[in-house]
Amino acid sequence: MSTNGKASMVTINLDGNEVEVPAGINLVEAAGIHGTEVPHYCYHPKLSVAGNCRMCLVEMGTPMRDRATGEAVLDENGVQKIGWVPKPVIGCGTNVSPGMHVKTKSSMVTDSREGIMEFLLVNHPLDCPICDQAGECRLQEFATDYGRGYSRYVERKNVKPKRTKLGPRVTLDDERCILCSRCIRFCQEVVDDDVLGFVDRGSFSTLTCFPGKELSNNYSLNTVDLCPVGALTSTDFRFKMRVWFLKESPSICAESSAGSNILVSSREGVIHRITPRRNDNVNDSWMTDSGRELYKQVNSKNRLLGASVSGESVHLAEAISAATDLLQGKNVGIVGSCRSSVEEQYLLNKLAKNIKAKKFLRGHFGDDDGILLSADRTPNLRGNLVTGFSSKYPSDQLTQLSQALGKKQIEALIVMGEDLSDSDINLDELKVPVVFLGTQQNATSEFSQVVIPMLTSFEKSGSFINRNFRLQSFKQAIPGPAGLLPDLHVLASLINGLCDDAEQSSDLATIWKQMSKSPTNPLNGIVYSHIPDDGIQLNGAKWDSLSFVEKNALHFSPVKQTLKA
Amino acid sequence: MAKTVVLQRKPLSLSERTYLPQIVTGLKTTFSNMFKEKVTLQYPEEKPNIPKNYRGVPTLVKDPNGREKCVSCQLCEFVCPPKAIRITPGSVPEDEVDREHVEKATQEFEINMLRCIYCGYCQEVCPEEAIFLQDEYSSSGYTREEMINNKEKLYELGGTLPDQHYKWDKKKVAEGEGNAH
Repeated sequence: MSTNGKASMVTINLDGNEVEVPAGINLVEAAGIHGTEVPHYCYHPKLSVAGNCRMCLVEMGTPMRDRATGEAVLDENGVQKIGWVPKPVIGCGTNVSPGMHVKTKSSMVTDSREGIMEFLLVNHPLDCPICDQAGECRLQEFATDYGRGYSRYVERKNVKPKRTKLGPRVTLDDERCILCSRCIRFCQEVVDDDVLGFVDRGSFSTLTCFPGKELSNNYSLNTVDLCPVGALTSTDFRFKMRVWFLKESPSICAESSAGSNILVSSREGVIHRITPRRNDNVNDSWMTDSGRELYKQVNSKNRLLGASVSGESVHLAEAISAATDLLQGKNVGIVGSCRSSVEEQYLLNKLAKNIKAKKFLRGHFGDDDGILLSADRTPNLRGNLVTGFSSKYPSDQLTQLSQALGKKQIEALIVMGEDLSDSDINLDELKVPVVFLGTQQNATSEFSQVVIPMLTSFEKSGSFINRNFRLQSFKQAIPGPAGLLPDLHVLASLINGLCDDAEQSSDLATIWKQMSKSPTNPLNGIVYSHIPDDGIQLNGAKWDSLSFVEKNALHFSPVKQTLKA
Repeated sequence: MAKTVVLQRKPLSLSERTYLPQIVTGLKTTFSNMFKEKVTLQYPEEKPNIPKNYRGVPTLVKDPNGREKCVSCQLCEFVCPPKAIRITPGSVPEDEVDREHVEKATQEFEINMLRCIYCGYCQEVCPEEAIFLQDEYSSSGYTREEMINNKEKLYELGGTLPDQHYKWDKKKVAEGEGNAH
């Protein structure tokens, strides 16, 4: 396909117009590039071609050549004749070739589509009123766009099981399945967990799990997104909300350093589901099931909803001034967070610099699944490196902090969301006052003198830097709880309160102006509002020597391995 | 300028001066009406006849088998111009015998009658023929909360309407007659 890193182009004739398309792509993609929709169910750009739905039938012809001599066959006007294939071909399984002619709007194509739609709808229950897919259903869309508009079918429709549990998170409605096999191919090709298959023949065909297996891998909900109809449904989202009420906001998954691009669907400030957003450089069209559950922390029981000083709830402004009083003139230690956004880490670093505080950082690590759940379970560890909060790779303990506390070098602590009790700090022996800033209650927040509630990544705007050193911005999806201020505002007021001549703005654009000033920083020249939807690749070569924990995964290979190779 | 002409009023005749013929004519009209059929309605003791296509208070109806017809598709909530409808969807337990094949139903259904403008879009959009603006026209209350009709109230107001489809029964028959897989 490519010879010098750039895709070579071929010219094809699409519905009578000569257009240039990259060589090697199929007709569905080629037509899509030029704004012509070729309807399809089974084809998915990130999966292998199965060609079983037959919805993408188009007419195709190639320039004629004499079989014996290989010379071009010309018509009476001296133009090369087109040898049309007598029957329609599937667009997904046909790759472009130079001079190829394609008709996507001819009467044969229209008839084919009507016929296919009619067959697909023969046993379809048409229960759109109760189907969660309604509103984003390809069958619904194509039935209105390419269908006949009325049914000739008078016989009784099939009745199949309506709520088969395929796994802990996926429920199958057999009646709605159009047997496109996307879910099967996804499990085989992307997750390498071959559990789904079709059994029985004809109208008895059914999607099922192989005996003794279930669809329980951490990517099972992607099959729900892939399903072009409402056959596979998410047990969590099932019958919760119709999709046309949902507002979709682009965001970044905060589960691990993979930084999957996501869409947060909310209605009136309540998040109902999280779905992946396509980014071919990061997560293709997938995300983990565990990442989809993160929205539950927004309304979880242990969410911090109000500020408190010594256990008594106070107004946020009072808590901030209590914190500045507490920290004023002391040797402060700051425990940063790999879960904060880049902007917050920058402000925290600035605060540390201004009050000459010692900085501490810990990471959170788990197993790497080799796809989109990386060993680093924080979304923004690299942000700490880029903003200068840390120059070393953090461990999962706070050994330096416990040593500094032991030597009595620290008189007060600022903790960003971290729970010290599950590190090597013993809270019972901790004698210094603590200012806790975080979203959830934990042992440290209960211990702290001042607790300032923060916002989750769904309730604020900012950016994360993922395992590839890719800077990705996320936008506020829902408003935060009443009475809470943006985290940047809290940090800016701490800076302004603790440093006499500081005038730190809490405005995102202004902070970015300050951050991108230094020519040696990878963030140099970046404007927040101009960060594209698929992110910006930063140059992280400066930190190549650090021993990052991530392993080979989707669109990612560790630096050391690439250097060796 | 127009010329002003002063008209001379004719002197009244004897019978006119007695006023009797005029009084008799008036009483004739009065007495003739006393024996005609009454047109005044003694509301609220008497209720008016409501025409069939009247758009009264929106209500939810059950089918003759006593099943709730609403499947909580939320199309009425979507189409409602004054946003008077608020639905909380829920699912029907699988083992419920009376509602076989029905998977979805409302957990809560609220219509705010202070917002409702009686446009009838909800009835028009309903794919399950579950919501009807029937003949109830008078709704009043002492508080705002009273004016929000909840699911229970809506089904109480709606009652049972005849059904032309028996959708779920048909499905059960299809399952029984060998279309089951």
